[in-house]
Amino acid sequence: MSVQNLPLGKAINLGLREAMLADPTVVLMGEDIGTLGGVFRVTEGLKTEFGAHRVMDTPLAESGIVGTAIGLAMRGYRPVVEIQFDGFIFPAFDQITTQLAKLTFRHEGALSMPVVIRVPYGGHIGAVEHHQESPEAYFAHTAGLRLVSPSNPHDAYWMIQEAIASKDPVMFFEPKSRYWPKGDVDTSTSGFPLHASRVVREGTDVTIVGHGAMVSMILQAADIAASEGTSVEVIDLRSLSPIDYAPILTSVAKTGRLVVAQEAPGFVSLGSEIAATVHEKSFYLLEAPVLRVSGFDTPFPPAKQEAIYLPDADRILDAVDRAMKY
Amino acid sequence: MTERINVDDVTTERALDLYREMLRIRRFEDRVYQLFLQGELPGTLHQYQGQEAVAVGACQALNDGDWITSTHRPHGHALAKGVTVRSAMAELYGKATGCCGGKGGSMHLGDPDVGMIPAIAIVAGGVSVVSGMGLAFKMQRNGHVALCFFGDGASNEGAFHEGLNFAAVQKLPIVYVCENNMYGASTPFTATSLVPNVADRVAGYGIPAVIVDGMDVLAIHDAVSEARQRAAAGDGPTLIEAKTYRFAGHSRGDARGYRSRDEEAEWKEKDPLVRLEYSLLNAGRAQESTFARILDEVNTELEDAVEFSRQSPDPRPEDALTDAYATPIGTGTHS
Repeated sequence: MSVQNLPLGKAINLGLREAMLADPTVVLMGEDIGTLGGVFRVTEGLKTEFGAHRVMDTPLAESGIVGTAIGLAMRGYRPVVEIQFDGFIFPAFDQITTQLAKLTFRHEGALSMPVVIRVPYGGHIGAVEHHQESPEAYFAHTAGLRLVSPSNPHDAYWMIQEAIASKDPVMFFEPKSRYWPKGDVDTSTSGFPLHASRVVREGTDVTIVGHGAMVSMILQAADIAASEGTSVEVIDLRSLSPIDYAPILTSVAKTGRLVVAQEAPGFVSLGSEIAATVHEKSFYLLEAPVLRVSGFDTPFPPAKQEAIYLPDADRILDAVDRAMKY
Repeated sequence: MTERINVDDVTTERALDLYREMLRIRRFEDRVYQLFLQGELPGTLHQYQGQEAVAVGACQALNDGDWITSTHRPHGHALAKGVTVRSAMAELYGKATGCCGGKGGSMHLGDPDVGMIPAIAIVAGGVSVVSGMGLAFKMQRNGHVALCFFGDGASNEGAFHEGLNFAAVQKLPIVYVCENNMYGASTPFTATSLVPNVADRVAGYGIPAVIVDGMDVLAIHDAVSEARQRAAAGDGPTLIEAKTYRFAGHSRGDARGYRSRDEEAEWKEKDPLVRLEYSLLNAGRAQESTFARILDEVNTELEDAVEFSRQSPDPRPEDALTDAYATPIGTGTHS
């Protein structure tokens, strides 16, 4: 067993390095990812180790970067693109949704598109809109894309490698507020399937589902709930598209109550989708309606108001209380 | 009066090959339009009549292993790059035997087996994708070149700038072929650009641009050959602006009210097929009977493709749910 205690950003760095060592067709591209190592230093040291042809500093041109990655993927490469901040993904929206997601279908599955797009996302770092957004739902709505988001260093290490190995395009959402806390990374296991949600805390009264940075917030809430006598089961979604519903439905069969928590606005969101599906599949097992806890339906606010916007343990616990009292 | 083109430097056999390639596209488009009006073809159409010299001249200058990207008007590019008439026609019929199994249709014709990305109908969408192909060829050092077809309208898109700039700075093996047919749908290029030529914009990227008569297949061929050589030698991309004209409307149901019949007549005089035929006849290099024979052969090929398409099976309903992912995620729906 080989365990290293690493922050999530370093775990991704290690996973990228493993993938690049294993497969010479893996190339990284993005703004400031080479010499600087990326704004969040996730690619630090990789240009020195693998050379500028495999770790490319690109022009500031997100649409062009993703378009280039598509062309590379068609001719035998596995490009891994870094989008510097969540809000910078939108200039590339066209290439992602109209070409990357659709070329496989357009040619009857004969063209595979092994492109990974890494997106640091979410709040808690005191920035503002364009630098702290949660754009997952825009992409989850598009068939042909796979979306994942690790919540901890161990998962991040394995999931980035799984994402790079995928024949389909993967949007890899990195919870930027979790880049720095350390966790154990076991590099000696054989990993796990890319699209598997996971029970990270067992409980009997209420199930809470979340992804990315929200998972640690939910775990905090679960601790507080436990001290108040409510047993919370926590599920880390990990995969946002497709969603691995089996562990969620199994959990709901046990608890009869589900809360979905996310940083993104609630309207037409992943939480809405999960709520709808669980209502359809587990209607007679539910003791309360599925409740959503989310960011507000407003632009992401400036730093001082971020704490109001982002769901915290109190807002999650409020939903737990409402579910219990229903 | 038909203007002659210079046929002195080409063999008769080669010139007739080019003629046949152009005629195949012309007759394909004319036949497709008929079939469309008869209600046999689903969807919509963006036709290529008038621009045949560009697709044929450019694709004939490429080598095996070279790739092209295309646009919402891809029929000519597809046929010129080697998609068979049967395969293209069946795709327009939406049949399972089409080059995309019926999942591409008119606007997404293409076939990786002949080096053509299923066409990208977002204007300028291919301009950055071609950068990736060029980058791959450069890293693989295989001598291949990627050629990107796009129109004058695309040069107003941001993607055009991003693509050209990246390819220029990386010295990628790319040939850009701009088919300037003077209109982005109904809007004249001159109403959207202060400079009269797309080529004028290219100086800003530090790469060469060449303006060429887009109604002269031999001129296009020569320009693309030279640009291809330059690209393959590692000297970077070239942009070729072909001044051309689409004889049909932008898409079905476009009555072309935005351009004068005089202007259309003037351009019809430059019909690339008529000019090549006229020039060869005038030089005593071919007989009228030769052109009649080629027309017969092309018509036979087309009717065979129509019959093939009519008799081909439709895709199965369940096929609509497959292929969104290379590795299926389930039943085609999320829940």
